[in-house]
Order: sequence, then structure tokens, then C-alpha cells
Amino acid sequence: MVSGKGGTGKTTVAAALALALAAGGRRVLLCEVEGRQGIAQLFDVPQLPYAEQRIAVASGGGEVWALAIEPKAALLEYLELFYHLGRAGKVLERLGAIDFATTIAPGLRDVLLIGKVYEATRRREGTAPRYDAVVLDAPPTGRIGQVLNVNEEVAGLARVGPIRNQAGSIMNLLRSSATAVHLVTVLEEMPVQETCDALAELHRIGLPVGSIVVNMMREPLLAPAELAQATRGKLPVTRVVAGLEAAGMGRRSGHGTETATARTARLRATAQALIAEGVQHARRVALEREQRAVLEGLGRPVVELPALAEGIDLGALYDLAERLRAQGPA
Amino acid sequence: MSAPALDIDAVLADRAVQVMVCCGAGGVGKTTTSAALALRAAERHGRRVVVLTIDPARRLAQSLGLAELDNSPRPVVGVEAAGEGRLDAMMLDMKRTFDEVISAHASPEKAEQIFANPFYQALSTSFAGTQEYMAMEKLGQLRARASGARAGQGWDLIVVDTPPSRSALDFLDAPQRLGSFLDGRLIRVLTAPARVGGRAYLKVVSAAVGSATGVMTKVLGAQVLRDLQTFVAALDTVFGSFRARAERTYEMLQQPGTAFLVIAAPEADALREASYFVERLRDERMPLAGLVLNRVHRSAASHLGAERAAAAAEELDDAEDPPSLTVGLLRVHADLMRRHRREQALASRFTGAHPDVAVAEVDALAEDVHDLSGLREIGERLAG
Repeated sequence: MVSGKGGTGKTTVAAALALALAAGGRRVLLCEVEGRQGIAQLFDVPQLPYAEQRIAVASGGGEVWALAIEPKAALLEYLELFYHLGRAGKVLERLGAIDFATTIAPGLRDVLLIGKVYEATRRREGTAPRYDAVVLDAPPTGRIGQVLNVNEEVAGLARVGPIRNQAGSIMNLLRSSATAVHLVTVLEEMPVQETCDALAELHRIGLPVGSIVVNMMREPLLAPAELAQATRGKLPVTRVVAGLEAAGMGRRSGHGTETATARTARLRATAQALIAEGVQHARRVALEREQRAVLEGLGRPVVELPALAEGIDLGALYDLAERLRAQGPA
Repeated sequence: MSAPALDIDAVLADRAVQVMVCCGAGGVGKTTTSAALALRAAERHGRRVVVLTIDPARRLAQSLGLAELDNSPRPVVGVEAAGEGRLDAMMLDMKRTFDEVISAHASPEKAEQIFANPFYQALSTSFAGTQEYMAMEKLGQLRARASGARAGQGWDLIVVDTPPSRSALDFLDAPQRLGSFLDGRLIRVLTAPARVGGRAYLKVVSAAVGSATGVMTKVLGAQVLRDLQTFVAALDTVFGSFRARAERTYEMLQQPGTAFLVIAAPEADALREASYFVERLRDERMPLAGLVLNRVHRSAASHLGAERAAAAAEELDDAEDPPSLTVGLLRVHADLMRRHRREQALASRFTGAHPDVAVAEVDALAEDVHDLSGLREIGERLAG
């Protein structure tokens, strides 16, 4: 399971994790449950239907399959599988019972979504499992505890019957060592706070937390001593002006003449603007250090992924997958 | 392509505007923007404002005096209001709001019965549309209180933050969905299956309904179905019509006294959501004031482009004894300019599609906002 606050790139990390797990000839299923079609966008393929299909390959004959789990389809499939509904299924749909069950009946929606993931982990082909691993691009950290614990909620609600049994088995799988919930964050205050809250909640529910993935890491562009100077507001303008001169910025591009005074003023203004940006950079680096320390204190392995200047494409996903493999969670 | 500038101060000063709704995707700074707008309206424009926040970050909530959740507005301490101006703030407690609705409309015994039902427990705390519905409900209540108050009391501006939905559109859809479910066909079937009968086609329906409830009993178990039937029956008598309430709020939002602000950050997903929202508001004839683009990056040295800065840094770095500070600063600048360019490209794609939507850009701050002075700073930047 891969969760994270909105905007931290959890779908990207889930996809990279699926690729990493597929390396060496394994077959992995990557699922999404929020109807966003995030996987299709990421892999640049047409919208995913409610059917498993192969979307990428990995080394040694590895394969990543993808599935967008849709609650209504999952419910109809479930009813067909267990109750051979036929015409009654259509009636349920017309009456709005399917809508009801998937939008309002407490917890049922989540049981269906997680239940489908559960089914994929159990499925066998001959004697071997169909998938070596299943990766879920899970709901965001704000809801993750609720979503994964809803099986309990339903178990409490439905005292007997098939849903209760189903919910119980799902919960057993989720709590076992076969599951890991990875939390994706970036080094900003709110996402880190949400990561801490989610971790505490997952512990409370008894779900195993895997790694904390720090996504979109950027290296400081200034030396430590310069960062310190910048935070104190003491970066020397004259040195930067000299540097700009050395870079040939003293020469005016284009024609026209410029007096020496005007030239100096122009370079100083540029230097000051650059220094102001350097100060912002230093403040951000300091803030990131603080947040990093908070995450280190959580007692889970911390994995780092870099910010990719050129955005995310398939090549970038393979690169991130390689980094995940090198650091352990896959 | 450049968009018309959104004059935030003109909107805040306009006494005809009595409700401002801030909507947009999650994580774009909706709550902070709502609080900053409310504060500015009170301090600069002498408005009597109440801000309804949904899920503020802890430290921002503390700075607004929202540490205690009591589901009713409290004055914010430290506001330097102009003239008659004032600022009250509250944080939505969805469960309590739902309980209040039940208590207000049901006899005490009936209310107890509803509160004890497991379906109510779940519906009032975890159904994905309840927060949206309750935000609308609370807005309706605040509006009634504002207009009911004698002159000089109450509020003349309500600023509403919207729930952090999966999709920004949920805010408009969920109340309707909850409403239509609660008066829907399924409910009628569950509550009165025996009523159906008589004419031939009804027999067919009845048979189908019989098999449908049969299946539901099998799937859910008889106890669950009974709980559900009691719950639905109890709610049904209490509310009369959920849909009518949702529709009234909807109509209120279409009035010219409402101003919608769509909030976004210069990122592809957030702007895509903003586009959907703008189109949807137009379809629903809801008054859109404009787009607030948060966390925009720009440079005071924008004449120095990304490529030139990066090339200069490379060249200096190759020299003997390179001036490391200048090299570093040029790289910081090159990053910033690349980011600026990417953001502007996204923003102009939005503006190309919606050339008539006014836009206010708010520069990114290095740190998160958690006090009134931070909110004032955001207000300044909003006003341009």
C-alpha cells in the first residue's frame, strides 16, 4: 500500500514501486481506487477499464499489470461471484441499491475496493499465485486509517454473514507481515505532520508500516557556510557582483552605450535579486532539515527520491524504481 | 495571453457580496486563503465577517482561536478591525452539525433512536458526502443567523472554505447525492415493500423488488437490513425532504450576493480541477469572482533567463578557483526561472481556455502561515 498527502506524488511512487518489484521476472499488479485514472496518465496509456491489463515490462521478463478498481463494478462482480445474481443484479442497479451500497452504506465501498485487492493477492494460476506482488495506490494519508480499518467497522456492523467473514479475512491479511503501508511525503510542514498522524493511527489499528518515502528531494545548491551566511542575511553583494563580472555579465547584451555607474547599478541590482533568492533557498533548506529530523525520529526506514526537473515519464519511473530497489523497500 | 486582474479588494469591499465560497482541489491553500480573505475584509473594509473553516492545519487553527471545537463562531483575538468590522471564526464539526439537524427536527425519543442506530453513526462520521452536506447546512444556518440579526449585529459577510474532497466537484454534487438517496426509490422500497401491488406492471416490479431485498438480506444479513430499514424510516419522518434543503442552499449559491473564488496552485492537476470547476459553476449559473493562483514563483531578476544563468554557472565553475557563491546563486536562480516558466505555461493554458476569468496571483512564501501576521501578508499579496 502506498499512501501520502495529496500532492506528494504517491501515485508516482506506487508506480515506481510496482516496476521495482517486477524487476527480475516477477509479475506485479498495480491498482488504483479513486477513479482518477492517475496510472493511465503516468504511463501515458488510454483510460484503464475495470479489467487487468499489462502496462509495462521490467528486466528478466518482469511485467506490471494495472487495474482501476471501480466500486460499482466490484460490487456487481462480487454479487455475481457469490450469489449468481443475473436479473436481480440489474434490478438492484435500477433501484439505486448499487449506488447506495457503493456511496452510502458505511464502509462497504472500502471493503469492496480493498476486497478486490485482496482477491488479486489470493488468485492462483495452477499452483503458483497469479501475482508475485500487488501494489495499491491507496487513498491519501488523511483517510488511510479509516479506509483500511473499515473492514473492522463493517465487521462491527454486520454481526454475521458473508460480508463479516470477508472483512475478517481482509483484515487478517492487512495486519500480517505480507502487507506494508509505505507513506510518501515531501519535506514540508503539513505533509510531514500528516505522515506522523497517519503513522500513529496505523500503529493504533495494528497495520504494519513499511518505509517513509521522502519524495521530490532537492540538493542544496549553496555550500554549508554560504547557507549559514544567507540565513543570517550576510551574503556579500560585492563578491556576487565580482562573480557576475567574471561570468561576462558586465558586458551589455545588444548595442547601446552604458555608463560605468549605470553598469555597476545594474550588476548590483541583479546581485541583490540573486541574494534574495539565495536567502529563500537557505530558509527552505533549513526548514527541510527540521522536517527531515522529525521523520528520522519516527523509527521507520527513510527512503529518498529526487525531484526530477524534467517531470515524470516512463524513463523517469524506471529511474525511480531503481532507486527504490537500491534503498530497500522493494 | 494575459488574464484580467482579479481585484480582491473590490470584491471584499462590495457590500452586496454576502457569501464568499473558496473552492478548489485539496492541498492548494484553500483554508489559508479563506482565512486571509476574511481577515482582510474585517481589517481593511470594515466588514462583519464570519469564516467557516473545514479542516485547518493545527497551528493555523490555534491562531484563529479554534483550538476548541464547539461548532459555533467565536471572535478571533488580535484582529485590528476597521470601523464596524469584526472577525469570527469556526471550524465545522460534521458529526455535531448532523446531530443538531436531527435534534432540531425530531422528537427527543425519535432522535435518540436515530443516534443509536449504527447506520447513523457511520453516516454522520464517515460517509464521503456528509462533510460537504454539513458544510452546506452550516452555511445555511449562518446565513439565516446573519440576516435575522438586527442592524449592526450579526455578520454581513460569510467566507466559506470547502471540504478537501477527492475532486473539487464533490462539494457541489455530494449534497444532491445524499439528498436524492434519502428520498430515492430504494428507500421507498426498503421502508414500504408491501405497499406495492395491484396492477400488472407493479406485480413485476414487486417480484423484482422481492428478489432484490432477498439478495440484500443474503448479502448483508437480516440484522443489518433491519437496522437499515429502521434508520431510513426514522430519518424519513424527521426530514420530510433532504432534497428540498439541498436545493434551497443551491439556489442561495446562485444569487448575486454569492461570490465563488476558485483556488489553485500552478500545477497541472490543480489547474485541471480549477478548469472543471469554472465550467461547472458556469453551467450551474453560479457567480464566479475569479481564480486565485497560490504559491506562484517569480524573480526580481527575470531579465536573466534560466539557460543563461545555468550556462554562466557552468562556465564559472570550470574556471580555476571558481567563485562558488555566485555559481550557487546562479543555479538557484536558474531553478527558479525554470519553475517560473513552467508555472506560467500552465497558467496561460488555463487562461487560454477561460480568457474571461479574472486571476490573482499570490507569491509562494518560504514558510507555512500560522498566525495573523502571516495571514495579513497573504492578504496583501492577494490584493496585488
